[in-house]
Amino acid sequence: MAAPVAPAQPRTGARAAIPGRTLRTDRWWVSPAISGGVLAAFAVYATWAAFQNSDYFARPYISPLYSPCIASICERARSGAVHGIHVPSIGIFGPWWGISPAILILIFPLGFRITCYYYRKTYYRSFWLSPPACAVAEPHKRYTGETRFPLILQNIHRYFFYAAALFAALNTYDAVVSFRNTRDQWGHMGLGTLVLCANAVMLSLYTVSCHSCRHIIGGRLKHFSKHPIRFKAWGVVSKLNKHHMELAWVSLVVVALADLYVRLVASGTIHDPRFF
Amino acid sequence: MAYDLKLRIWRGDASGGELVDYSVPVDEGEVVLDAVHHVQAMASGDLAVRWNCKAGKCGSCSAEVNGRPRLMCLARLSTFPPGEPITITPLRTFPVIRDLVTDVSFNYVKAAQVPAFTPSKDQPQAPFRMQQVDVERSQEFRKCIECFLCQNTCHVIRDHEDNKEAFAGPRSFIRYAELEMHPNDGLDRRRLVQEERGLGMCNITKCCTEVCPESIKITDNAIIPMKERVVDVKYDPVRFLSRRGRTKPG
Repeated sequence: MAAPVAPAQPRTGARAAIPGRTLRTDRWWVSPAISGGVLAAFAVYATWAAFQNSDYFARPYISPLYSPCIASICERARSGAVHGIHVPSIGIFGPWWGISPAILILIFPLGFRITCYYYRKTYYRSFWLSPPACAVAEPHKRYTGETRFPLILQNIHRYFFYAAALFAALNTYDAVVSFRNTRDQWGHMGLGTLVLCANAVMLSLYTVSCHSCRHIIGGRLKHFSKHPIRFKAWGVVSKLNKHHMELAWVSLVVVALADLYVRLVASGTIHDPRFF
Repeated sequence: MAYDLKLRIWRGDASGGELVDYSVPVDEGEVVLDAVHHVQAMASGDLAVRWNCKAGKCGSCSAEVNGRPRLMCLARLSTFPPGEPITITPLRTFPVIRDLVTDVSFNYVKAAQVPAFTPSKDQPQAPFRMQQVDVERSQEFRKCIECFLCQNTCHVIRDHEDNKEAFAGPRSFIRYAELEMHPNDGLDRRRLVQEERGLGMCNITKCCTEVCPESIKITDNAIIPMKERVVDVKYDPVRFLSRRGRTKPG
């Protein structure tokens, strides 16, 4: 008997006339509503915090939303600090830059999150309703996905990953420096130190667990067996990658909390408890 | 313990149809497909349903149960709210033939369009010797039972019939990924899958992964790696400038 041959073109015909955009009976809207709510809350807070242009530095802590501070305006934050390690006067943006220095740098970590494969899923579902949930019809008449401008720009995620890796290193540096006291001596630890350390760890894990990182480390290989070290590294990143969603959320909340903590200490609203 | 189960099953064909109510006795431990068989046996002998193994391995009994794409043979009745009717409809994305049976030939057409395994000129000719780590990578994709739940739930074609020509779908993409990751395959399908098979239309909302009865990580292990490979060759200026993007990965 001859083997069956697939038709050259799919047969066409009418779909079943099933009523409603979905017959799902579970609360499918809860997950996108919560995710969208948290993302929107972060967007509102981060925008507000980024435009404050104040209370982002409290010796020896600096807000992760303002690090690295690369404008001359950061001198204002440096005044009173014995050391300038957190806010180096790089001189890239001179006195003519009058607004918040956070605006200069946030595009990189935000771009990394906006083009992140996990966040894409989240905001496509929550905000664009494309689709709002599995097997729930989307409201749009046409759909081209990520094949056209502007969504084709999602393909630059890898470049934001490179920048995010640099930012994770800088945040780690800030966390290490927070073990120095106000007189630039090692041996200090306050609650802010723990907050900045948590931020550095979560940000680094989120960055390393990224799908682009997984591809660069070893995913692009065809022969795992010919590259045993990269294969091993790929295995480690793959284990982290399974938790990319959790790391994305935790790192997002922690970075906002870190900024809030530094802001409260810098404004004198709370006092930083010191362990030693 | 036996009890009466209320079912609402879509009955009809391409010219139209409706949800029809049934009540059948079922036993503890049974699955939705058992209940459908009870309907066939006791209430409506002409009810059309496609099934075979009743063990989640043949991929025949795909349908939508309470609006969720799943295999009827793996949908245990005890997981549904007691006392509430269970609604069973055919797969929405494909043309209906009759009742719960749809025409899934779309998927075979897309499968036939995948360029077959092509031995690399650099590699030793068949029979190939592969290391276990290389075998395991594509082994996950070989678990596919072709139930086409992923194709059915993908909103790219589920909500947009006009995209069917341009979009191969997640089932095809895991085949492309499997071949691209094969150590002895020498064909470069990266531009093809992006430019002619609609990989860029996928917005990675992961519904294909959610419904896969074989728990294949379709999005994380096949579609996203393929998107990254496409970035290598199409959207990475560093690789483009170094001309390495034109070469096959090592």
